[in-house]
Amino acid sequence: MSIPLTPPPKKDPQKRTRVPTLPPAMRSRAATGISAAAAEGRFALQHCEECGTVQYPPRDACCKCLSVDLTYKDTETGAEVLAETRIHASPDPFFRERLPWRQGSVKLDAGPVAVVHLHGDVGRGDRVRMAMKLDKAGQGVLIALPIERTEAMEDDPTLRGLTAHPKHRRILITDGRNPVAVPLAKALLKAGASTVFVGEAEAWRRWPGRAALEAIEGVEIMDLDVSDMRSVTELAGEIGGKTDILINTARFVRPGGVTMQDTVFAREELDVNVLGVMRLAQAFGPGMAGRVQDGTNNAVAFVNVLSSYALVPDPAYGAFSASQAAARSVCQTLRGEYRPQGLRVMTVYTGPTDDEWHQPLPPPKVAPSALARDIVNGLIEGLEDVYSGDVAKDMFERWQRDAKVLEREMTTGGGI
Amino acid sequence: MKRQSYDGVVVTSPVTVPYVRYSQETAHWWIARALRATLATASLRPDEIDGFSVSSFSLFPDTPVGLSQHLGLTLRWLDTVPMGGASAVAGFRRAARAVHAGDVDIVACVAGDSNYIDSFRKLLSSFSRFSMDATYPYGFGGPNASFALLTDAYMAQYGATREDFGKIAVSQRDNALKNPDAIMKKPLTMEEYLNARPISDPIALFDCVMPVAGSEAFLVMREEEANRRSLPYARVASTIERVNAFPEDPIQLRGGWAMDIDEFWEMAGFGPGDIDLLQTYDDYPVISMMQMEDLGFCKKGEGPDFVRKHDLTIGGDFPHNTSGGQLSVGQAGAAGGYLGFVEALRQVTGLAGGTQVEGARRAVVSGFGMINYDRGLLSAAAALEGVTP
Repeated sequence: MSIPLTPPPKKDPQKRTRVPTLPPAMRSRAATGISAAAAEGRFALQHCEECGTVQYPPRDACCKCLSVDLTYKDTETGAEVLAETRIHASPDPFFRERLPWRQGSVKLDAGPVAVVHLHGDVGRGDRVRMAMKLDKAGQGVLIALPIERTEAMEDDPTLRGLTAHPKHRRILITDGRNPVAVPLAKALLKAGASTVFVGEAEAWRRWPGRAALEAIEGVEIMDLDVSDMRSVTELAGEIGGKTDILINTARFVRPGGVTMQDTVFAREELDVNVLGVMRLAQAFGPGMAGRVQDGTNNAVAFVNVLSSYALVPDPAYGAFSASQAAARSVCQTLRGEYRPQGLRVMTVYTGPTDDEWHQPLPPPKVAPSALARDIVNGLIEGLEDVYSGDVAKDMFERWQRDAKVLEREMTTGGGI
Repeated sequence: MKRQSYDGVVVTSPVTVPYVRYSQETAHWWIARALRATLATASLRPDEIDGFSVSSFSLFPDTPVGLSQHLGLTLRWLDTVPMGGASAVAGFRRAARAVHAGDVDIVACVAGDSNYIDSFRKLLSSFSRFSMDATYPYGFGGPNASFALLTDAYMAQYGATREDFGKIAVSQRDNALKNPDAIMKKPLTMEEYLNARPISDPIALFDCVMPVAGSEAFLVMREEEANRRSLPYARVASTIERVNAFPEDPIQLRGGWAMDIDEFWEMAGFGPGDIDLLQTYDDYPVISMMQMEDLGFCKKGEGPDFVRKHDLTIGGDFPHNTSGGQLSVGQAGAAGGYLGFVEALRQVTGLAGGTQVEGARRAVVSGFGMINYDRGLLSAAAALEGVTP
């Protein structure tokens, strides 16, 4: 079993916050497929399309038949640990601060041998389950995990460093009015979050659900309007130094296409859904990026909940879809900006949610509790991209297969 | 086709430029010193050689082509041997065939590297694409961690103990005390070996080589040339070389020597029992033990027992790494691949001074190199027979 993490003591303000270092971030182009798989929580290796050989480390040609027709495919995760070591000396600043560090050699059931991180509960001779995770540099790495769940296994320091687990962390949900806020706050606290701050815009307006949120122990409601830079800056001044995970749930949505839509609504959608992300990133980002190695409750993730219309528009929500596509693009840029600082940007794509603004749409719709579960699971697994609900998953698959065909299907009616 | 012998081609003029822990000088400087010394040994001027074989990790941005102009050499044969621990045997093989065929008359084989503060970390950081993609991000233990994994597997498989590896290291330190150029000057006891600071379990401090700056060289020429110059020299009875042996082995418990060993002894015309000393590539003791097995001095898995039963010191019944090896002399980058070869050449020509094995005439030297990912990809060996004028 792993040693359970104890709640970190209050931070000594006289102590210097450790300057973040990163593990080696350089990768070949071929190896980037590992990071892509890790971002989505998959375990994928290079397969030769001609002879079927599975190979690792990633190459530019098949090591059996020299074909260059290589594809990353989801691969069986079973493996056996052949050897292990505990590294006590490293010239690399990141690992030097974390010694000793365990490393193992595993024989994958799929064929190749890989040098990997070892979870504390596995060692030489053990059957293991392999996973790909993003490390602090935002690069995909392989870790050998116990096949069966072990006690407090998520508290293993190597595994925790590869995920954004809510345990002992302080989390900001930016908009309490989003129906996901209540189940999300509950799920985060259940996963071990120490505090959940929930933002509330225009507090003078009454809204259903406030009482339910207020009643949850560990929840603190704070003034926050993502469409107002001053409001965002003020809250960042107050809790920015202790926000370990930021989950942006603020959203403005009105049905309507492009030709008939009032541009006032469209402007509001862009202001909340796109510029809101930018405001949060500008106000909270620097503080979070400076605290990515600040002990047990370090800053780990900046999360945005988007609609899967970010990938391809639903003409019935034309302007809203445009704001989602723009928000997706902003998140991708943020990822590039935060990666060198070690802060993860997670994007959760959801299909139509079961709320008033999607009322005329047929099922399946995503229940707020299901969305909450997927967000927390994404943090626990350390993902970059999460597709919540059947519609989002289906749309992502079709988008990957052929984005143009999907566009035709969506824009000629009855696509979803 | 049966392999041709190296008859008529010899190796001579061994030179080691004494190593230092850190050096401000460049690889060019170190190589120049070794080249100058080996030429002086044979009373040759730089314009009297026409071949040059270079091994170095730290010539960047130059290559041996640029180095030829840097050193003012006019050549008709130039070779780069980027084969790390197998550089000397590989460099000799190429040079000897070229001399044999008449493409070139005299080849100076030189290896050298500098060692600045932080150059080890930088060398590691750009060592290979597989390490960049698939080992550095996993703890950045460098070769220590890679060899720790295979030492762990070897110990589990064959029952080797830390004491067995310790005997190799302790015996080499004993040898090194007779070598004034060794970086390590203090005796090493088994207790010190066993209690040393852990580096990457089961590897501890005295299992690891110390990166240093230094250079090594020798000359390859025709036998009549060596005779004309009254140089002590060695004939090379046999060589082997193998790249990426046994790729299907899940973890490296044997090296490429095991693939070629029958051919090696057949070409040599004598056997493991006929040699006076062995120089293995000792970046870690486990690799020396594997070489004892794979070169045929004992069976696979009997390495630990073989080490227990023999005295590996200069005066012992199985003199091994007589100069102290890299474990006690230091690893000067690519020159580490030359250390054993140059010492073997000194031994069989009676030039080894304080480390001389009495009456040594035949030596086997083996090379091993380049942990591209999870294992050493190169193996090589040569059998030398000394001839003194």
